[in-house]
Amino acid sequence: MNGVQLHQVLEKNIGLLIFGILFVSAIGGLVQVLPSLFQESLKTASPNTKVYSPLELVGRDIYIREGCSTCHSQQIRPLVAEVERYGTYSRAGEFVYDRPFLWGSKRTGPDLHRIGGKYSNEWHRIHFINPRDVVHNSIMPAYPWLAERAANQDGDIKNKLHVLVKLGHPYTDDDIESSGSMLEGQSELDALIAYMQVLGTAYAKGDQ
Amino acid sequence: MSDPAKKLSVEIYSDRVVTTLVMFSVIWAVIGMLAGVYIAAEMVWPALNFDQSWLSFGRLRTFHTNVVIFGFGVSALMGTAYYSVQRTSHVRLYASNLAWFTCWAWQIAILAGGISLLMGLTTSKEYAELEWPFDIAITLVWVCFAIVFFGTIAKRRIKQIYISNWFYGGLIIVIAMLHIVNNLALPVTLTKSYSLYAGAQDAIVQWWYGHNAVGFLLTGGFLGMMYYFLPKQAERPIWSYKLSIVAFWAFTYSYIWAGPHHLHFNAIPEWVQNLGMVMSLVLLAPSWASMVNGIMTVSSAWEKLRSDPSLKFIVLALAFYGLATFEGPMLAIKSVNIISHFTEWTIGHVHSGALGWNAMITYGTFYFLVPRLVGGNLYSVKLANLHFWLALAGTILYIVALWGAGVSQGVLWLSLDDLGELRYSFNEVMAAMKPYYLLRLVAGILFFIGTLLMIYNFSKTIVGRRTIAVRPPIESLAVA
Repeated sequence: MNGVQLHQVLEKNIGLLIFGILFVSAIGGLVQVLPSLFQESLKTASPNTKVYSPLELVGRDIYIREGCSTCHSQQIRPLVAEVERYGTYSRAGEFVYDRPFLWGSKRTGPDLHRIGGKYSNEWHRIHFINPRDVVHNSIMPAYPWLAERAANQDGDIKNKLHVLVKLGHPYTDDDIESSGSMLEGQSELDALIAYMQVLGTAYAKGDQ
Repeated sequence: MSDPAKKLSVEIYSDRVVTTLVMFSVIWAVIGMLAGVYIAAEMVWPALNFDQSWLSFGRLRTFHTNVVIFGFGVSALMGTAYYSVQRTSHVRLYASNLAWFTCWAWQIAILAGGISLLMGLTTSKEYAELEWPFDIAITLVWVCFAIVFFGTIAKRRIKQIYISNWFYGGLIIVIAMLHIVNNLALPVTLTKSYSLYAGAQDAIVQWWYGHNAVGFLLTGGFLGMMYYFLPKQAERPIWSYKLSIVAFWAFTYSYIWAGPHHLHFNAIPEWVQNLGMVMSLVLLAPSWASMVNGIMTVSSAWEKLRSDPSLKFIVLALAFYGLATFEGPMLAIKSVNIISHFTEWTIGHVHSGALGWNAMITYGTFYFLVPRLVGGNLYSVKLANLHFWLALAGTILYIVALWGAGVSQGVLWLSLDDLGELRYSFNEVMAAMKPYYLLRLVAGILFFIGTLLMIYNFSKTIVGRRTIAVRPPIESLAVA
């Protein structure tokens, strides 16, 4: 039986055709993606990488909500110019508490992976309320509504931590119990800034 | 009761659902592209964000991609799959009520999903942004789509399953697999969930999904459209049946490996990147095989290109398909990717596929399909020709603008002076983008005007008409 004859069997039997497609298309994923899911080094935290505090976590979820990752990457490639511009390159171990990952695919604005500590909280506050007050030609949208919303507005922080514990993040019962009070009196803007300031801080400036 | 088909009391194709899907597809095209034009304008004039959360770039961009891919694209694929599977099987749709369900449920999901994205409910995983309740709804509709499609093939009156159905079948099966695996998450509330995967692993799974959503939906699905509608319009059989076989299986096998080229030099294992690069290069062969097959099919019918706007659209679509599927593997080469990654070049590449290939082949197919569905003539061939030129000009301008922008960004960002210091600040490079962004906006507007002409043309074509009843060929009924 040559190839064409073999195919004539496939193309007259819909069950075989469905199975064939599923089988052939699954191979790549099984060989290339599946091993990564079991690779320990990809899920082992870097030495100074910690779980996000409740305030940082809320900030991160705001970052997701506002689609920040459509214009900002969080991934510094190991290239001279890139390390010079943004800081030491990104390691897999720094992202083990990132659900989902926020590496992004586009830099309309600069990379943010090592933004933590680069600017003051006050700078961020002014910048988020109106970016053009600090960067005159910025094309970033302004986010004034963040200052008006409370960080605990959604009231789901305990649920969030419970879910993350199920996924293996090392929050203690105390962390979860006290999480509500940690958001007390904070705005969404405070939360987002807290997230900005912790980003990429697992590696100190001089680390190579 | 005056329905002529009922009087004859014989089987007719269920085409009304096709007409409905085509109409929805066109409406989503207009809405999605309008959003695209708007965000292009926001990049030139950020004041257009108006300090409104739902109007801000980050939310509207996701709305744009979802409405265009899943509203315009999937409605078109579903409609044309239903149309062609009946005609290549000589049988009415299996469970046509279920087909109606897939049609309406899908539109409701896109509408509600689109609104949820504007509200900021998003997972942020590209092209999989919708939150978990939508993911479940989409899975259900997709299973019903599969039942209708494969059910129809199962009761076919023609022994051989035609090529277009392999590609549509591949679309249904592989997208189901990708969608389910990539969206696995633990819900926090009805509107928030956390991915089952974290960090680097999440990235690998996401781009296995993301790249193959492009592969099996935007490439494979639309190749299904090409394999049915191109020979129909050219009135020629497909040039090479053997080439179709090789192209289909090589495509289905090799596409799935290419995802990691989205993560070159990122924090994932190097062997995964390298394998992704090699397989991306391999992918060029099956991609171009289908292009060659399509072009050669038209090659003895060139004279039709003068008179038939729909064939013009399809042939041009194949040209852009060839361009995009060549550019893709090139961008997957690591040394090219160093420059192109994170730049507008990627956006330009996506649009040479999305505008040049997906939209154009759909437009061509719709110009063929709409008059036939309602048993009339196209309202204006002239307008359709004008649409063709607007679409061509818009696409070329778009690609060229973003080549300019992307290559500049890539090179300037990496540029070092004699002392090894960065030559340009990020801000300087960003400021240099303005003319390109303006050009891209103009390109988008041109393309959008063309789409408006089409919807006007179609509404004039179908006004006062209904979908006509078409029966499977008599001889195949006798066989049954």
